[in-house]
Amino acid sequence: MTSALTLDAKAQQAAVEAVQATFERSTGFWTGVLRKLVRDPVAIVAGSVILLLILMAVFAPWLVPSDPYKTSMINRLKPIGTEGFPLGADELGRDMLSRLMVGARLSLFMGITPVLIAFVIGSAIGILAGYAGGWLNTIVMRTIDVLYAFPSVLLAIALSGALGAGIGNALLSLTIVFIPPIARVAESVTTQVRGRDFVEAARASGANGFTIVRVHVLGNVLGPIFVYATSLIAVSMILASGLSFLGLGVRPPEPEWGLMLNTLRTAIYSQPWIAALPGVMIFITSISFNLLSDSLRSAMDVKN
Amino acid sequence: MILYLLRRVLYTLPIMLGVAFLCFLLVHISPGDPLVSILPPDASAELQQQLMALYGFDRSYIEQFVSWIWRAVQGDLGTSIASGRPVAEEVFRAVGNTLMLAGVATLIGFFFGSLFGFVAGYFRDSWVDRAASALSVLGVSVPHYWLGMVLVIIFSSWLMILPATGAGPAGSGSWAWDWEHMQYLILPAVTMSVIPMGIIARTVRALVADILAQEFVVGLKAKGMTDFGIFLHVVKNAAPTALAVMGLQLGYLLGGSILIETVFSWPGTGFLLNSAIFQRDLPLLQGTILVLAMFFVLLNLVVDVLQTTLDPRIQRS
Repeated sequence: MTSALTLDAKAQQAAVEAVQATFERSTGFWTGVLRKLVRDPVAIVAGSVILLLILMAVFAPWLVPSDPYKTSMINRLKPIGTEGFPLGADELGRDMLSRLMVGARLSLFMGITPVLIAFVIGSAIGILAGYAGGWLNTIVMRTIDVLYAFPSVLLAIALSGALGAGIGNALLSLTIVFIPPIARVAESVTTQVRGRDFVEAARASGANGFTIVRVHVLGNVLGPIFVYATSLIAVSMILASGLSFLGLGVRPPEPEWGLMLNTLRTAIYSQPWIAALPGVMIFITSISFNLLSDSLRSAMDVKN
Repeated sequence: MILYLLRRVLYTLPIMLGVAFLCFLLVHISPGDPLVSILPPDASAELQQQLMALYGFDRSYIEQFVSWIWRAVQGDLGTSIASGRPVAEEVFRAVGNTLMLAGVATLIGFFFGSLFGFVAGYFRDSWVDRAASALSVLGVSVPHYWLGMVLVIIFSSWLMILPATGAGPAGSGSWAWDWEHMQYLILPAVTMSVIPMGIIARTVRALVADILAQEFVVGLKAKGMTDFGIFLHVVKNAAPTALAVMGLQLGYLLGGSILIETVFSWPGTGFLLNSAIFQRDLPLLQGTILVLAMFFVLLNLVVDVLQTTLDPRIQRS
């Protein structure tokens, strides 16, 4: 009934088609997807960049050239390439390279976690509604529609604005933002699976609802829902850093790319390159996730 | 048609009620006393009671919700705690500025997005197509608040040809469509247009490719129609969907303008939200969110109805 022309309509469509595709295969649908993916140069590059970023985030505390928290008034806004400051120093004289590296930890964590939690909760809600059908479906999905009626940025800012600044509140707000789209996809793929003959056969042979969902539904729907969820990570990265940029997420002095971008705004006239650096990191991350999820989607497209 | 319209409107009503309820809840999920920002630290319990009663915080939630929504329908969104002025007045002054910014951004995005999308769809798999696709991925991936900063660095700091912040020269109270004022609109509008540009380019490319692959196009070619004639057919077929996407994008931009308005100090709803959040002015926060969300719901309704009217092929259940 509502217009299907949202930003993710194509991704949702892909998830639905993938479910159909898994029925048409008998073995190795996901093996085929993986095979297509490793032959796609864009996917390889994007995947490698993401892997590097994650490795950098994990090992940052041992890799950083200097202390990312150590301020020094003499070294304020030292230009890029200064001795001891390969990427310059920020407005408090802290080493930018170290801060960007350590910043990857919180930035990636804040971007990826909400989508993962929303994947678990949204799938559960959607599968429940889709499998139960009837009035339960109507109630759940109409409630989801209300959340869907907010533009995502507005909802995230409204929630974290009301809850107050902080990492936990920002994560909570973003998770709530991503549950509705995931639940919608989960509901539509589950409804589709529910009508299949093998579910009917399982029911006829006496399996109860729990067994049917566990054995016959989950295996067929989780993959496509997960692939859809990956397409949300790029948006989540931009939104999470955006909340910190507004002062609603991570608080100083913790290094996080969005927050760094905000505090360096005062330096855009004196040291524009340094001020722009944290944004470059956000950009690289979100574009890599977008490209990888695009490749994943087209690898799942059986029509090609 | 009338039946469809009626059903569509009826379907929207519970959504609007739900949206209103969520906005109402915002004040109550907020930690701490909602009056904390105006009460002096040494306020007497009596004064606190008086203010609680004045703002209605002493009644039950249901009572508060019903009376809040009843007054909201009549255009009374309460009183801003920080400024003491009516929330509705403040929001409607700001909404005009945001609408102008988002509207111009949508038009820029639609123009270039359709252009790139058309070219890419026409010359599929050519270098033009690849360039346009790359551009649309860039458009949806770029953190637009950062792009705004980069544009300020280039056009205000280096080239010094465009102003960086504000909505008009200092001292000029109201907006006018002259260069003096319009130059302030350019950077924020261009920054904002990048998102719809990418999405519209993607949509139009897929639409054009789909339409060109259909049999009637081959038929038209066989009939001896010129390329321009076929182009007109493609435009006619792609227009309803492209326009619908544009309408929804306008809604997303209205709701998402806070980040860009913060970068450019644009005096719109985003700016208002920002100050509401940091002064803990909950009635103002609630009222602004309510107006923006309702706008989005109504825009969705209008887009749906218009699309059905424009494109008789769409049959909705």
